[in-house]
Amino acid sequence: MIVYTFDRTLNGLLSAVFDAFSLHEMPEALLGAGDPLPLFYDRIHEVVTDEEKAHRVWTGLEKKLSSRGLHVISVSYLSELKELDIHLFKYICKVFKYTGALSLERNFSDEDVLFCTNTCRRVHHEALRMKQFLRFQKALDGTYLGVIHPDQNVLPLVIEHFQDRFNDQCFLIFDARRKYGYYYDKQAITRITFAEGQALPFDLETGKMDEQLLAENDKIFQVLWKTYFKAICIKERLNPKKQAGDMPRRYWKYMTEKQ
Amino acid sequence: MLTESTIEKLRILTESAKYDVSCSSSGTVRSGKKGMVGNTVGGVGICHSFADDGRCISLLKVMLTNYCMYDCAYCVNRRTNDIKRATLSVSELEEIVMEFYRRNYIEGLFLSSGVVRNPDYTMERLVRIAKDLRTIHRFNGYIHLKSIPGASRELVNEAGLYADRMSVNIEIPKEESLKLLAPEKDHKSVYQPMKFIMQGVLENKEDRKHLKHVPRFVPAGQSTQMIVGATAETDKDILTLSSALYGQPTMRRVYYSGYVSVNTYDPRLPILKQPPLVRENRLYQADWLMRFYQFKVDEIVDDAHEQLDLDVDPKLAWALRHPEQFPVDINKDDYERILRVPGIGVKSALLIVNSRRFNRITSYHLKKMGVVMKKAKYFITCGELTNLFSGPIIGVNEIQPERLRPLLLSSKQKKEMNERKQLTFDFGD
Ligand code: SF4
Repeated sequence: MIVYTFDRTLNGLLSAVFDAFSLHEMPEALLGAGDPLPLFYDRIHEVVTDEEKAHRVWTGLEKKLSSRGLHVISVSYLSELKELDIHLFKYICKVFKYTGALSLERNFSDEDVLFCTNTCRRVHHEALRMKQFLRFQKALDGTYLGVIHPDQNVLPLVIEHFQDRFNDQCFLIFDARRKYGYYYDKQAITRITFAEGQALPFDLETGKMDEQLLAENDKIFQVLWKTYFKAICIKERLNPKKQAGDMPRRYWKYMTEKQ
Repeated sequence: MLTESTIEKLRILTESAKYDVSCSSSGTVRSGKKGMVGNTVGGVGICHSFADDGRCISLLKVMLTNYCMYDCAYCVNRRTNDIKRATLSVSELEEIVMEFYRRNYIEGLFLSSGVVRNPDYTMERLVRIAKDLRTIHRFNGYIHLKSIPGASRELVNEAGLYADRMSVNIEIPKEESLKLLAPEKDHKSVYQPMKFIMQGVLENKEDRKHLKHVPRFVPAGQSTQMIVGATAETDKDILTLSSALYGQPTMRRVYYSGYVSVNTYDPRLPILKQPPLVRENRLYQADWLMRFYQFKVDEIVDDAHEQLDLDVDPKLAWALRHPEQFPVDINKDDYERILRVPGIGVKSALLIVNSRRFNRITSYHLKKMGVVMKKAKYFITCGELTNLFSGPIIGVNEIQPERLRPLLLSSKQKKEMNERKQLTFDFGD
């Protein structure tokens, strides 16, 4: 059994594909550096991430796949799912080996194709949930703050939507799980992180902005929104099961109407 | 400036608006514009929250006022009801919309109103708010306006310049029932504004062919709603009307609203312990079949089946009535036929027709693709179905529909069905 280890970046994975082809071999496992190794294996190959190699593999893919196919690869990767690595790796290898006239990306009876496609779909679903459930609070200086905690790394997928929608307001959207965010100043988007130990202007657990930073009218709109949320419900039709199905509880902690 | 009284007014006017089911922000794709706030995303729109009754909250659904001079029996806001009345001022409402939108609470506004003074007076206020939102507040998000029955063509035409969607509720499918319950209304007062909207859209399309900069008129088309269970209309009456409405070029959605007994004292109305939620769900499923599964209305209901089957979804009900259409061969038959198989939805049907060009599809693949084999296996043949399910195929024709039906209804499923009585659009695909 041949085991490849890599740094779990997309470029690392593409470099692994490059190595496999130049070494004429097919690893059975693809692990992150430092992951526990299987009990029995013949050889470990440590993939060194190489931009140049990754670029060549990607250019190769561009010739073989439609833009949808490429999209599946880059989006499914945002899932950060360990299980995805080997499926994605095998999928890419298959794309290069395939010589038929059809486009392989549509063969959903292939386990790897189906897995990557489904993962891509799941990432999009999580991205949609951020567009649905993110709530902004307004700060005294006019900046809007939204804290999220997505299962997958979807912030890069949704930032464009928020920029397009709120192009005349400054905002900061912060991923509390991955500890980074994007700040928009009505001109451009900047990626930001807070240094270790630096005080955050909000509570990571509740997503709530510090009281003294809150715009003076923000409270009343929070109250109005909660009032609306209660009033719109038809008591004769209570259906908590459907509510939790469409809006899973794990999103509630940052949602104004559920706080 | 907003005060405590605004909170109370918003509460009252939301309570008054909540029986209107429409919530969707679908049908328009409009990206952001410099100097404006908002965009619309098209597709099915975005639901920003789900209320405790499980219904989606996409738009701020509110009435401008719940004073009304009419006396429709099925409506909480009828003039003879002793409820709290309120009116939001134009500036209050506009501020709430903008501030909610900027906090990502909503996709936009769904505004309706009780009729005060006369239809045109009321309609004028609604138009004024839509216009202010677009021109003063530079709001580029979604606006859904209710057209007041009896409003003039001029006002409907003006409203259409600012609204993404407009709606006029039919409420009661048959005119004689409508007249009985809503003496001030008749079908003309409903269909006339519908026609105005349609004409507006069609003329606008024509104009835009020649002049590109002509603004779009009600780009997301119109919708309507029917109340279910307040009058004697059958599902056949309701769905036949829906089907005719969908035949109009601008009708996008028909909503069904299970009647909530709001005015129990009125002898013209039935007293229901609970709104007919299962029936309502079946109507939505049937509607879904007409819009996305290429079903004709007379395949779903006919003279022998005037009411939808409450125990099984309408697609399964159709399949059980038509064993001669099965089995469907997963590897050979058309997409349309595959779509007819219970347990296979649009998503898995697409996966199947794409993949079968590479190799024969087996039940293993089907399961992986998300097909509900528990149901589907009685209606299909595929790669090796005979081997895996021991011996020859046992399908709907071998078992016979009458005997298959109870097999597809496990007691757990029955229980679940009762619990999930609401607007879920899945067929268990
Ligand atoms: S006109 Fe509208 S608001 Fe007034 S009673 Fe009839 S349904 Fe209710």
